[in-house]
Amino acid sequence: MATISENRYRIMRRTIQILLLALFIAGNVYGVKVLQGNFSSSLLLGVVPLSDPFALLQVFAAGTMVSAKAVIGGGIILLFFGVLAGRAFCAWVCPLNMVTDLADTVRERAGARVPGLQMSRNARYWVMGMSLVLSTVLGIAAFEWISPIGSLHRGIIFGMGAGWTAVAAVFLFDALVVRNGFCGHLCPLGAFYALAGRASVVRVRHVRERCTRCMRCVEACPEPQVLPMVGKRDGAVTSGECTNCGRCIEVCPDRAMHFGMRTTLKEHFDTEKADQNPDKNG
Amino acid sequence: MTDRREFLFGLAKSAGIAAIGGLVWAGYLEGKRVSATVLRPPGAVGEGKFLAACTKCGLCVAACPYQALVLARPGDHMPVGTPYFVMREAPCRMCRDIPCAAACPTGALDLDLVRDRDAEGKGVLDINKARIGLAVIDRETCIAYWGIQCDACYRACPVIDRAITVDYARNDRTGKHAILAPVVHSDHCTGCGLCERACVTKKASIFVLPRMLAMGESSDRYVRGWEAGDEKRIGEAPEETRTMTPRSSKSPTDYLNREEP
Repeated sequence: MATISENRYRIMRRTIQILLLALFIAGNVYGVKVLQGNFSSSLLLGVVPLSDPFALLQVFAAGTMVSAKAVIGGGIILLFFGVLAGRAFCAWVCPLNMVTDLADTVRERAGARVPGLQMSRNARYWVMGMSLVLSTVLGIAAFEWISPIGSLHRGIIFGMGAGWTAVAAVFLFDALVVRNGFCGHLCPLGAFYALAGRASVVRVRHVRERCTRCMRCVEACPEPQVLPMVGKRDGAVTSGECTNCGRCIEVCPDRAMHFGMRTTLKEHFDTEKADQNPDKNG
Repeated sequence: MTDRREFLFGLAKSAGIAAIGGLVWAGYLEGKRVSATVLRPPGAVGEGKFLAACTKCGLCVAACPYQALVLARPGDHMPVGTPYFVMREAPCRMCRDIPCAAACPTGALDLDLVRDRDAEGKGVLDINKARIGLAVIDRETCIAYWGIQCDACYRACPVIDRAITVDYARNDRTGKHAILAPVVHSDHCTGCGLCERACVTKKASIFVLPRMLAMGESSDRYVRGWEAGDEKRIGEAPEETRTMTPRSSKSPTDYLNREEP
Protein backbone atom coordinates (compact mmCIF):
# COMPACT_ATOMS: atom_id res chain seq x y z
CA MET A 1 0.00 0.00 0.00
CA ALA A 2 1.19 3.43 -0.87
CA THR A 3 1.91 5.65 2.08
CA ILE A 4 0.21 8.97 2.65
CA SER A 5 3.49 10.69 1.95
CA GLU A 6 3.59 9.10 -1.50
CA ASN A 7 0.16 10.55 -2.17
CA ARG A 8 0.34 13.84 -0.32
CA TYR A 9 -0.21 16.04 -3.37
CA ARG A 10 -2.82 13.67 -4.73
CA ILE A 11 -4.74 13.97 -1.46
CA MET A 12 -4.44 17.76 -1.55
CA ARG A 13 -5.61 17.87 -5.15
CA ARG A 14 -8.63 15.66 -4.47
CA THR A 15 -9.49 17.77 -1.44
CA ILE A 16 -9.44 20.96 -3.50
CA GLN A 17 -11.32 19.42 -6.44
CA ILE A 18 -14.07 18.03 -4.21
CA LEU A 19 -14.19 21.16 -2.05
CA LEU A 20 -14.73 23.36 -5.11
CA LEU A 21 -17.58 21.16 -6.33
CA ALA A 22 -19.10 21.15 -2.83
CA LEU A 23 -18.87 24.95 -2.67
CA PHE A 24 -20.59 25.24 -6.06
CA ILE A 25 -23.39 22.93 -4.94
CA ALA A 26 -23.74 24.88 -1.68
CA GLY A 27 -23.78 28.14 -3.65
CA ASN A 28 -26.28 27.10 -6.29
CA VAL A 29 -28.65 24.91 -4.33
CA TYR A 30 -28.40 26.12 -0.75
CA GLY A 31 -27.54 29.79 -1.26
CA VAL A 32 -24.20 29.70 0.55
CA LYS A 33 -22.67 32.40 -1.57
CA VAL A 34 -19.00 31.45 -1.49
CA LEU A 35 -18.98 30.14 -5.05
CA GLN A 36 -21.89 30.29 -7.47
CA GLY A 37 -22.15 29.14 -11.06
CA ASN A 38 -19.71 26.52 -12.29
CA PHE A 39 -16.26 26.26 -13.85
CA SER A 40 -17.41 28.10 -16.99
CA SER A 41 -18.22 31.28 -15.08
CA SER A 42 -18.70 31.89 -11.41
CA LEU A 43 -19.01 34.46 -8.70
CA LEU A 44 -16.65 34.27 -5.72
CA LEU A 45 -18.11 35.51 -2.41
CA GLY A 46 -20.90 37.11 -4.38
CA VAL A 47 -18.51 39.77 -5.72
CA VAL A 48 -15.49 38.57 -7.68
CA PRO A 49 -16.33 37.30 -11.18
CA LEU A 50 -14.31 34.34 -12.48
CA SER A 51 -14.53 32.95 -16.01
CA ASP A 52 -13.00 30.20 -18.10
CA PRO A 53 -10.77 32.17 -20.48
CA PHE A 54 -10.88 29.45 -23.14
CA ALA A 55 -14.69 29.45 -23.11
CA LEU A 56 -14.58 33.23 -23.53
CA LEU A 57 -12.10 32.89 -26.39
CA GLN A 58 -14.59 30.62 -28.15
CA VAL A 59 -17.39 33.09 -27.48
CA PHE A 60 -15.23 35.84 -29.04
CA ALA A 61 -14.55 33.56 -32.00
CA ALA A 62 -18.30 33.02 -32.31
CA GLY A 63 -18.62 36.77 -32.80
CA THR A 64 -19.90 37.94 -29.43
CA MET A 65 -18.40 40.64 -27.25
CA VAL A 66 -19.10 39.58 -23.69
CA SER A 67 -19.68 42.03 -20.85
CA ALA A 68 -16.87 43.56 -18.81
CA LYS A 69 -17.76 41.28 -15.90
CA ALA A 70 -16.82 38.20 -17.91
CA VAL A 71 -13.66 39.81 -19.33
CA ILE A 72 -12.47 40.69 -15.82
CA GLY A 73 -13.33 37.18 -14.63
CA GLY A 74 -11.43 35.59 -17.51
CA GLY A 75 -8.50 37.93 -16.90
CA ILE A 76 -8.24 36.96 -13.23
CA ILE A 77 -8.12 33.26 -14.08
CA LEU A 78 -5.69 33.79 -16.96
CA LEU A 79 -3.36 35.85 -14.76
CA PHE A 80 -3.49 33.34 -11.93
CA PHE A 81 -2.59 30.33 -14.05
CA GLY A 82 -0.56 32.16 -16.70
CA VAL A 83 1.72 34.03 -14.30
CA LEU A 84 1.64 31.90 -11.17
CA ALA A 85 0.35 28.35 -11.29
CA GLY A 86 0.89 27.20 -14.89
CA ARG A 87 -1.32 24.38 -16.11
CA ALA A 88 -2.33 23.60 -12.51
CA PHE A 89 -6.01 23.93 -13.46
CA CYS A 90 -5.87 20.46 -14.99
CA ALA A 91 -4.51 18.68 -11.93
CA TRP A 92 -5.87 20.77 -9.07
CA VAL A 93 -9.24 22.09 -10.25
CA CYS A 94 -10.67 20.18 -13.21
CA PRO A 95 -13.13 17.54 -11.95
CA LEU A 96 -12.50 15.33 -14.97
CA ASN A 97 -8.96 14.85 -13.66
CA MET A 98 -10.46 12.66 -10.93
CA VAL A 99 -11.97 10.42 -13.60
CA THR A 100 -8.85 10.17 -15.73
CA ASP A 101 -6.61 9.60 -12.69
CA LEU A 102 -8.97 6.83 -11.64
CA ALA A 103 -8.75 5.30 -15.10
CA ASP A 104 -4.96 5.40 -14.84
CA THR A 105 -5.00 3.79 -11.40
CA VAL A 106 -7.34 1.06 -12.59
CA ARG A 107 -5.06 0.39 -15.56
CA GLU A 108 -2.05 0.22 -13.30
CA ARG A 109 -3.68 -2.09 -10.75
CA ALA A 110 -4.85 -4.39 -13.52
CA GLY A 111 -1.24 -4.57 -14.62
CA ALA A 112 -2.03 -3.34 -18.10
CA ARG A 113 0.91 -2.32 -20.21
CA VAL A 114 0.86 0.95 -22.08
CA PRO A 115 -1.80 0.33 -24.73
CA GLY A 116 -0.75 -0.06 -28.32
CA LEU A 117 -2.59 2.84 -29.87
CA GLN A 118 -0.19 5.66 -30.56
CA MET A 119 -1.42 9.19 -30.59
CA SER A 120 0.44 12.46 -30.81
CA ARG A 121 0.36 14.67 -27.76
CA ASN A 122 0.13 17.57 -30.17
CA ALA A 123 -3.35 16.44 -31.21
CA ARG A 124 -4.73 18.67 -28.46
CA TYR A 125 -3.40 21.78 -30.18
CA TRP A 126 -5.24 20.78 -33.35
CA VAL A 127 -8.40 20.21 -31.31
CA MET A 128 -7.92 23.62 -29.73
CA GLY A 129 -7.51 25.27 -33.12
CA MET A 130 -10.52 23.40 -34.43
CA SER A 131 -12.56 24.61 -31.41
CA LEU A 132 -11.90 28.18 -32.45
CA VAL A 133 -12.46 27.56 -36.16
CA LEU A 134 -15.78 25.81 -35.53
CA SER A 135 -16.83 28.50 -33.07
CA THR A 136 -16.30 31.06 -35.81
CA VAL A 137 -18.03 29.03 -38.52
CA LEU A 138 -21.02 27.87 -36.48
CA GLY A 139 -21.42 30.92 -34.24
CA ILE A 140 -21.43 28.88 -31.02
CA ALA A 141 -18.68 28.08 -28.52
CA ALA A 142 -17.86 24.74 -30.15
CA PHE A 143 -15.93 22.90 -27.43
CA GLU A 144 -18.31 23.98 -24.69
CA TRP A 145 -21.02 22.03 -26.51
CA ILE A 146 -19.21 18.71 -26.46
CA SER A 147 -16.89 19.12 -23.49
CA PRO A 148 -16.97 16.12 -21.15
CA ILE A 149 -15.52 18.48 -18.53
CA GLY A 150 -18.63 20.64 -18.81
CA SER A 151 -20.85 17.56 -18.79
CA LEU A 152 -19.23 16.43 -15.57
CA HIS A 153 -19.18 19.65 -13.57
CA ARG A 154 -22.60 20.79 -14.78
CA GLY A 155 -23.84 17.29 -14.07
CA ILE A 156 -22.52 17.24 -10.52
CA ILE A 157 -23.61 20.80 -9.79
CA PHE A 158 -26.87 21.13 -11.74
CA GLY A 159 -28.06 17.60 -12.53
CA MET A 160 -26.45 14.89 -14.63
CA GLY A 161 -29.11 13.73 -17.11
CA ALA A 162 -27.43 11.68 -19.82
CA GLY A 163 -24.18 13.59 -19.27
CA TRP A 164 -22.50 10.58 -17.67
CA THR A 165 -22.08 8.98 -21.11
CA ALA A 166 -19.39 11.47 -22.16
CA VAL A 167 -17.60 10.99 -18.84
CA ALA A 168 -17.79 7.21 -19.17
CA ALA A 169 -16.37 7.49 -22.69
CA VAL A 170 -13.37 9.43 -21.38
CA PHE A 171 -12.85 6.87 -18.62
CA LEU A 172 -12.87 3.96 -21.06
CA PHE A 173 -10.64 5.81 -23.52
CA ASP A 174 -8.07 6.49 -20.81
CA ALA A 175 -8.32 3.07 -19.20
CA LEU A 176 -8.29 0.93 -22.33
CA VAL A 177 -7.12 2.88 -25.36
CA VAL A 178 -4.49 5.54 -24.68
CA ARG A 179 -2.80 6.21 -21.34
CA ASN A 180 -3.68 9.76 -20.25
CA GLY A 181 -5.54 9.83 -23.54
CA PHE A 182 -7.93 12.67 -22.89
CA CYS A 183 -6.02 15.07 -20.62
CA GLY A 184 -2.65 14.40 -22.20
CA HIS A 185 -3.58 14.14 -25.87
CA LEU A 186 -6.98 15.57 -26.77
CA CYS A 187 -8.27 18.16 -24.34
CA PRO A 188 -8.19 21.65 -25.90
CA LEU A 189 -8.64 23.28 -22.50
CA GLY A 190 -5.45 21.57 -21.34
CA ALA A 191 -3.78 22.74 -24.55
CA PHE A 192 -4.93 26.27 -23.84
CA TYR A 193 -3.54 26.25 -20.31
CA ALA A 194 -0.32 24.63 -21.57
CA LEU A 195 0.15 27.60 -23.90
CA ALA A 196 -1.07 30.20 -21.42
CA GLY A 197 1.10 28.81 -18.62
CA ARG A 198 4.35 28.50 -20.58
CA ALA A 199 6.05 31.23 -18.58
CA SER A 200 4.44 30.65 -15.19
CA VAL A 201 6.51 31.01 -12.06
CA VAL A 202 5.68 27.95 -9.91
CA ARG A 203 7.59 24.97 -11.25
CA VAL A 204 8.78 21.51 -10.32
CA ARG A 205 12.54 21.56 -9.84
CA HIS A 206 15.05 18.73 -10.04
CA VAL A 207 18.17 18.33 -7.91
CA ARG A 208 20.59 16.22 -9.92
CA GLU A 209 22.94 15.21 -7.10
CA ARG A 210 20.18 13.52 -5.09
CA CYS A 211 18.80 11.61 -8.06
CA THR A 212 19.50 7.87 -8.28
CA ARG A 213 17.92 7.58 -11.72
CA CYS A 214 15.20 5.19 -10.61
CA MET A 215 12.90 6.98 -13.06
CA ARG A 216 9.81 6.60 -10.88
CA CYS A 217 9.03 10.27 -11.52
CA VAL A 218 8.95 9.74 -15.27
CA GLU A 219 6.81 6.61 -14.88
CA ALA A 220 4.32 8.43 -12.65
CA CYS A 221 4.21 11.63 -14.71
CA PRO A 222 1.09 12.07 -16.86
CA GLU A 223 3.17 14.26 -19.23
CA PRO A 224 6.59 12.52 -19.11
CA GLN A 225 7.98 14.59 -21.98
CA VAL A 226 8.32 17.52 -19.56
CA LEU A 227 11.02 15.75 -17.50
CA PRO A 228 14.00 15.54 -19.87
CA MET A 229 16.45 16.77 -17.22
CA VAL A 230 15.91 13.99 -14.70
CA GLY A 231 19.23 12.40 -13.78
CA LYS A 232 21.08 14.72 -16.13
CA ARG A 233 21.10 18.23 -14.76
CA ASP A 234 19.62 20.55 -12.16
CA GLY A 235 16.78 22.79 -13.11
CA ALA A 236 13.09 23.49 -13.40
CA VAL A 237 10.48 21.95 -15.65
CA THR A 238 10.08 24.52 -18.39
CA SER A 239 7.33 22.99 -20.54
CA GLY A 240 3.85 24.47 -20.22
CA GLU A 241 2.44 20.96 -20.51
CA CYS A 242 3.43 20.17 -16.90
CA THR A 243 0.25 20.28 -14.79
CA ASN A 244 2.11 20.86 -11.49
CA CYS A 245 0.33 17.79 -10.16
CA GLY A 246 3.29 16.94 -7.95
CA ARG A 247 3.23 13.20 -8.72
CA CYS A 248 6.97 13.22 -9.53
CA ILE A 249 7.71 14.87 -6.19
CA GLU A 250 5.65 12.52 -4.06
CA VAL A 251 6.84 9.29 -5.71
CA CYS A 252 10.54 10.26 -5.62
CA PRO A 253 12.29 8.20 -2.89
CA ASP A 254 15.37 10.43 -3.03
CA ARG A 255 13.77 13.85 -2.60
CA ALA A 256 15.27 14.92 -5.87
CA MET A 257 12.15 16.82 -6.95
CA HIS A 258 10.45 19.74 -5.26
CA PHE A 259 8.17 22.67 -6.00
CA GLY A 260 10.00 25.92 -6.51
CA MET A 261 10.37 28.92 -8.74
CA ARG A 262 11.08 28.79 -12.44
CA THR A 263 14.37 30.62 -11.83
CA THR A 264 15.91 30.95 -8.40
CA LEU A 265 17.60 34.21 -7.49
CA LYS A 266 20.97 32.41 -7.42
CA GLU A 267 20.43 31.08 -10.92
CA HIS A 268 19.36 34.49 -12.07
CA PHE A 269 22.62 36.07 -10.93
CA ASP A 270 24.68 33.13 -12.18
CA THR A 271 23.17 33.56 -15.62
CA GLU A 272 24.04 37.23 -15.55
CA LYS A 273 27.63 36.37 -14.65
CA ALA A 274 27.72 33.73 -17.35
CA ASP A 275 26.49 36.31 -19.84
CA GLN A 276 29.37 38.55 -18.87
CA ASN A 277 31.91 35.71 -19.19
CA PRO A 278 30.59 33.54 -22.02
CA ASP A 279 33.80 31.45 -22.14
CA LYS A 280 33.20 29.92 -18.73
CA ASN A 281 29.76 28.77 -19.71
CA GLY A 282 31.09 26.74 -22.66
CA MET B 1 14.64 16.97 -49.28
CA THR B 2 13.13 13.78 -47.85
CA ASP B 3 13.01 15.40 -44.42
CA ARG B 4 11.03 18.25 -45.84
CA ARG B 5 8.70 15.92 -47.69
CA GLU B 6 8.19 13.88 -44.57
CA PHE B 7 7.47 16.97 -42.55
CA LEU B 8 4.98 18.28 -45.10
CA PHE B 9 3.32 14.89 -45.37
CA GLY B 10 3.06 14.64 -41.60
CA LEU B 11 1.56 18.11 -41.46
CA ALA B 12 -0.95 17.25 -44.18
CA LYS B 13 -1.89 14.08 -42.33
CA SER B 14 -2.50 15.95 -39.07
CA ALA B 15 -4.48 18.61 -40.90
CA GLY B 16 -6.51 15.89 -42.60
CA ILE B 17 -7.35 14.17 -39.33
CA ALA B 18 -8.21 17.54 -37.79
CA ALA B 19 -10.47 18.35 -40.75
CA ILE B 20 -12.29 15.01 -40.55
CA GLY B 21 -12.74 15.42 -36.81
CA GLY B 22 -13.92 18.99 -37.35
CA LEU B 23 -16.50 17.93 -39.92
CA VAL B 24 -17.92 15.22 -37.66
CA TRP B 25 -17.90 17.69 -34.77
CA ALA B 26 -19.65 20.38 -36.83
CA GLY B 27 -22.23 17.89 -38.06
CA TYR B 28 -22.98 16.83 -34.52
CA LEU B 29 -23.37 20.44 -33.38
CA GLU B 30 -25.64 21.34 -36.30
CA GLY B 31 -28.02 18.58 -35.29
CA LYS B 32 -27.93 19.37 -31.60
CA ARG B 33 -28.18 23.05 -31.12
CA VAL B 34 -31.57 24.04 -32.47
CA SER B 35 -34.62 23.72 -30.32
CA ALA B 36 -37.68 25.59 -31.52
CA THR B 37 -39.53 25.27 -28.23
CA VAL B 38 -36.91 26.49 -25.77
CA LEU B 39 -38.09 29.21 -23.36
CA ARG B 40 -35.23 31.46 -22.26
CA PRO B 41 -34.94 33.57 -19.09
CA PRO B 42 -36.10 37.21 -19.07
CA GLY B 43 -33.79 39.54 -20.98
CA ALA B 44 -32.49 36.83 -23.29
CA VAL B 45 -31.14 38.17 -26.57
CA GLY B 46 -32.29 36.52 -29.81
CA GLU B 47 -31.77 32.75 -29.83
CA GLY B 48 -28.89 32.82 -32.32
CA LYS B 49 -27.02 35.46 -30.35
CA PHE B 50 -27.94 33.74 -27.12
CA LEU B 51 -26.34 30.48 -28.20
CA ALA B 52 -23.21 32.34 -29.26
CA ALA B 53 -22.87 34.19 -25.96
CA CYS B 54 -23.99 31.66 -23.32
CA THR B 55 -21.08 29.85 -21.65
CA LYS B 56 -23.41 27.45 -19.79
CA CYS B 57 -22.22 28.63 -16.38
CA GLY B 58 -25.61 28.36 -14.67
CA LEU B 59 -25.29 31.62 -12.72
CA CYS B 60 -28.82 32.56 -13.84
CA VAL B 61 -30.08 29.20 -12.61
CA ALA B 62 -28.31 29.72 -9.29
CA ALA B 63 -29.70 33.25 -9.01
CA CYS B 64 -33.35 32.25 -9.47
CA PRO B 65 -34.90 32.45 -6.00
CA TYR B 66 -37.70 30.06 -7.01
CA GLN B 67 -35.36 27.51 -8.62
CA ALA B 68 -37.56 27.74 -11.67
CA LEU B 69 -34.78 27.74 -14.27
CA VAL B 70 -33.30 24.48 -15.47
CA LEU B 71 -29.80 24.12 -16.91
CA ALA B 72 -30.36 21.75 -19.83
CA ARG B 73 -28.96 18.30 -19.17
CA PRO B 74 -27.95 15.94 -21.95
CA GLY B 75 -31.13 14.07 -22.78
CA ASP B 76 -33.44 17.03 -22.07
CA HIS B 77 -33.67 17.70 -25.82
CA MET B 78 -32.71 21.30 -25.25
CA PRO B 79 -29.40 22.95 -26.22
CA VAL B 80 -27.19 21.35 -23.61
CA GLY B 81 -26.02 23.41 -20.65
CA THR B 82 -28.24 26.40 -21.44
CA PRO B 83 -31.02 27.68 -19.16
CA TYR B 84 -34.70 27.17 -19.88
CA PHE B 85 -38.11 27.03 -18.23
CA VAL B 86 -40.57 24.17 -17.95
CA MET B 87 -43.62 26.34 -17.32
CA ARG B 88 -46.03 23.64 -16.27
CA GLU B 89 -43.66 22.70 -13.46
CA ALA B 90 -41.92 25.93 -12.54
CA PRO B 91 -42.92 29.17 -14.25
CA CYS B 92 -41.12 32.51 -14.03
CA ARG B 93 -42.32 34.51 -11.00
CA MET B 94 -41.30 37.80 -12.64
CA CYS B 95 -39.03 39.15 -9.89
CA ARG B 96 -38.76 42.92 -10.06
CA ASP B 97 -34.98 42.90 -9.69
CA ILE B 98 -34.63 40.19 -12.38
CA PRO B 99 -31.77 38.38 -10.59
CA CYS B 100 -31.27 35.83 -13.36
CA ALA B 101 -30.55 38.44 -16.01
CA ALA B 102 -28.45 40.48 -13.58
CA ALA B 103 -26.28 37.43 -12.87
CA CYS B 104 -25.37 36.74 -16.52
CA PRO B 105 -21.67 37.51 -17.03
CA THR B 106 -21.63 37.32 -20.82
CA GLY B 107 -24.59 39.36 -21.97
CA ALA B 108 -26.61 36.38 -23.22
CA LEU B 109 -29.17 37.82 -20.81
CA ASP B 110 -29.18 41.57 -21.33
CA LEU B 111 -30.71 43.79 -18.65
CA ASP B 112 -31.11 46.58 -21.22
CA LEU B 113 -33.84 44.52 -22.87
CA VAL B 114 -35.88 44.62 -19.64
CA ARG B 115 -35.19 48.23 -18.76
CA ASP B 116 -37.57 51.15 -19.03
CA ARG B 117 -37.19 54.86 -18.38
CA ASP B 118 -38.93 56.37 -15.38
CA ALA B 119 -40.41 59.88 -15.24
CA GLU B 120 -36.96 61.45 -14.82
CA GLY B 121 -35.54 59.52 -17.72
CA LYS B 122 -33.56 57.19 -15.48
CA GLY B 123 -33.31 53.56 -16.47
CA VAL B 124 -35.32 51.26 -14.21
CA LEU B 125 -35.82 47.54 -14.49
CA ASP B 126 -39.25 46.55 -15.71
CA ILE B 127 -39.95 42.83 -15.72
CA ASN B 128 -43.13 43.50 -17.70
CA LYS B 129 -40.88 44.12 -20.70
CA ALA B 130 -39.68 40.53 -20.58
CA ARG B 131 -40.67 38.46 -23.61
CA ILE B 132 -39.96 34.89 -22.59
CA GLY B 133 -42.62 33.65 -24.96
CA LEU B 134 -46.31 34.05 -25.61
CA ALA B 135 -49.22 32.21 -24.00
CA VAL B 136 -51.37 30.41 -26.55
CA ILE B 137 -54.82 28.97 -25.89
CA ASP B 138 -56.15 25.74 -27.35
CA ARG B 139 -59.80 26.71 -27.61
CA GLU B 140 -60.89 23.15 -28.24
CA THR B 141 -59.72 21.85 -24.87
CA CYS B 142 -60.08 25.02 -22.79
CA ILE B 143 -63.14 24.37 -20.62
CA ALA B 144 -63.96 28.10 -20.43
CA TYR B 145 -64.53 28.01 -24.18
CA TRP B 146 -66.87 25.03 -23.62
CA GLY B 147 -68.98 27.27 -21.41
CA ILE B 148 -67.82 25.87 -18.08
CA GLN B 149 -66.85 28.62 -15.70
CA CYS B 150 -63.08 28.74 -15.24
CA ASP B 151 -60.82 31.73 -14.94
CA ALA B 152 -57.74 30.01 -13.49
CA CYS B 153 -55.34 31.44 -16.08
CA TYR B 154 -56.86 34.89 -15.93
CA ARG B 155 -56.53 34.99 -12.13
CA ALA B 156 -52.99 33.60 -12.22
CA CYS B 157 -51.77 36.19 -14.73
CA PRO B 158 -49.47 38.76 -13.09
CA VAL B 159 -50.43 41.22 -15.84
CA ILE B 160 -54.12 40.54 -15.32
CA ASP B 161 -56.58 42.47 -17.54
CA ARG B 162 -53.83 43.42 -19.93
CA ALA B 163 -52.05 40.19 -20.91
CA ILE B 164 -55.17 38.06 -20.37
CA THR B 165 -58.66 39.51 -20.63
CA VAL B 166 -62.01 37.74 -20.56
CA ASP B 167 -64.34 38.02 -23.53
CA TYR B 168 -68.02 37.67 -22.77
CA ALA B 169 -70.05 35.83 -25.38
CA ARG B 170 -73.54 34.36 -25.50
CA ASN B 171 -73.67 30.59 -25.04
CA ASP B 172 -75.72 29.60 -28.08
CA ARG B 173 -75.95 25.99 -26.94
CA THR B 174 -77.96 26.73 -23.81
CA GLY B 175 -79.34 30.00 -24.99
CA LYS B 176 -79.25 31.49 -21.52
CA HIS B 177 -75.67 31.30 -20.26
CA ALA B 178 -72.50 33.20 -20.97
CA ILE B 179 -69.14 32.00 -22.18
CA LEU B 180 -66.34 33.76 -20.34
CA ALA B 181 -63.44 33.15 -22.68
CA PRO B 182 -59.85 34.06 -21.82
CA VAL B 183 -57.93 35.92 -24.52
CA VAL B 184 -54.17 36.58 -24.55
CA HIS B 185 -52.72 39.87 -25.78
CA SER B 186 -49.22 39.69 -27.19
CA ASP B 187 -48.34 43.31 -26.44
CA HIS B 188 -48.58 42.64 -22.69
CA CYS B 189 -47.90 38.91 -22.27
CA THR B 190 -44.42 38.29 -20.87
CA GLY B 191 -44.63 34.55 -21.34
CA CYS B 192 -44.03 33.95 -17.64
CA GLY B 193 -46.04 30.73 -17.72
CA LEU B 194 -48.05 31.23 -14.52
CA CYS B 195 -51.21 30.68 -16.60
CA GLU B 196 -49.85 27.41 -17.95
CA ARG B 197 -49.16 26.15 -14.47
CA ALA B 198 -52.58 27.29 -13.21
CA CYS B 199 -54.55 25.65 -16.05
CA VAL B 200 -56.85 22.96 -14.71
CA THR B 201 -57.02 20.71 -17.75
CA LYS B 202 -55.06 17.46 -17.83
CA LYS B 203 -52.52 18.85 -20.29
CA ALA B 204 -52.50 22.64 -20.11
CA SER B 205 -54.86 24.26 -22.60
CA ILE B 206 -52.99 27.53 -22.26
CA PHE B 207 -49.26 27.19 -22.75
CA VAL B 208 -46.26 29.32 -23.53
CA LEU B 209 -44.49 29.06 -26.87
CA PRO B 210 -41.50 31.05 -28.09
CA ARG B 211 -42.78 34.14 -29.88
CA MET B 212 -41.09 33.01 -33.08
CA LEU B 213 -43.31 29.94 -33.02
CA ALA B 214 -46.52 31.48 -31.68
CA MET B 215 -46.83 34.60 -33.81
CA GLY B 216 -47.42 35.43 -37.44
CA GLU B 217 -46.44 38.66 -39.10
CA SER B 218 -48.84 40.77 -41.11
CA SER B 219 -47.63 42.62 -44.16
CA ASP B 220 -47.14 46.38 -44.23
CA ARG B 221 -49.73 46.51 -47.02
CA TYR B 222 -52.68 45.63 -44.80
CA VAL B 223 -53.80 48.67 -42.89
CA ARG B 224 -56.07 48.95 -39.90
CA GLY B 225 -57.93 51.98 -41.23
CA TRP B 226 -59.81 52.34 -37.94
CA GLU B 227 -56.57 53.02 -36.03
CA ALA B 228 -55.20 56.53 -36.25
CA GLY B 229 -51.86 56.66 -38.02
CA ASP B 230 -51.74 53.00 -38.96
CA GLU B 231 -51.67 53.88 -42.68
CA LYS B 232 -48.17 55.28 -42.16
CA ARG B 233 -46.96 51.71 -42.37
CA ILE B 234 -47.68 51.69 -46.09
CA GLY B 235 -44.77 54.08 -46.45
CA GLU B 236 -42.48 51.36 -45.15
CA ALA B 237 -43.75 48.80 -47.63
CA PRO B 238 -41.54 48.13 -50.66
CA GLU B 239 -42.61 49.60 -54.01
CA GLU B 240 -42.50 46.34 -55.87
CA THR B 241 -43.95 43.06 -54.75
CA ARG B 242 -42.10 39.87 -55.39
CA THR B 243 -44.57 37.08 -54.93
CA MET B 244 -42.88 33.76 -55.35
CA THR B 245 -45.39 31.34 -56.81
CA PRO B 246 -45.41 29.44 -60.10
CA ARG B 247 -48.22 31.67 -61.25
CA SER B 248 -46.63 35.00 -60.41
CA SER B 249 -44.65 35.14 -63.64
CA LYS B 250 -47.90 35.23 -65.57
CA SER B 251 -50.40 38.03 -65.70
CA PRO B 252 -53.58 37.38 -63.68
CA THR B 253 -55.66 37.70 -66.85
CA ASP B 254 -53.83 34.71 -68.29
CA TYR B 255 -55.16 32.28 -65.77
CA LEU B 256 -58.35 34.01 -64.77
CA ASN B 257 -59.61 33.85 -68.37
CA ARG B 258 -58.40 30.32 -68.94
CA GLU B 259 -61.13 27.79 -69.48
CA GLU B 260 -61.60 25.16 -66.82
CA PRO B 261 -60.29 21.78 -67.96
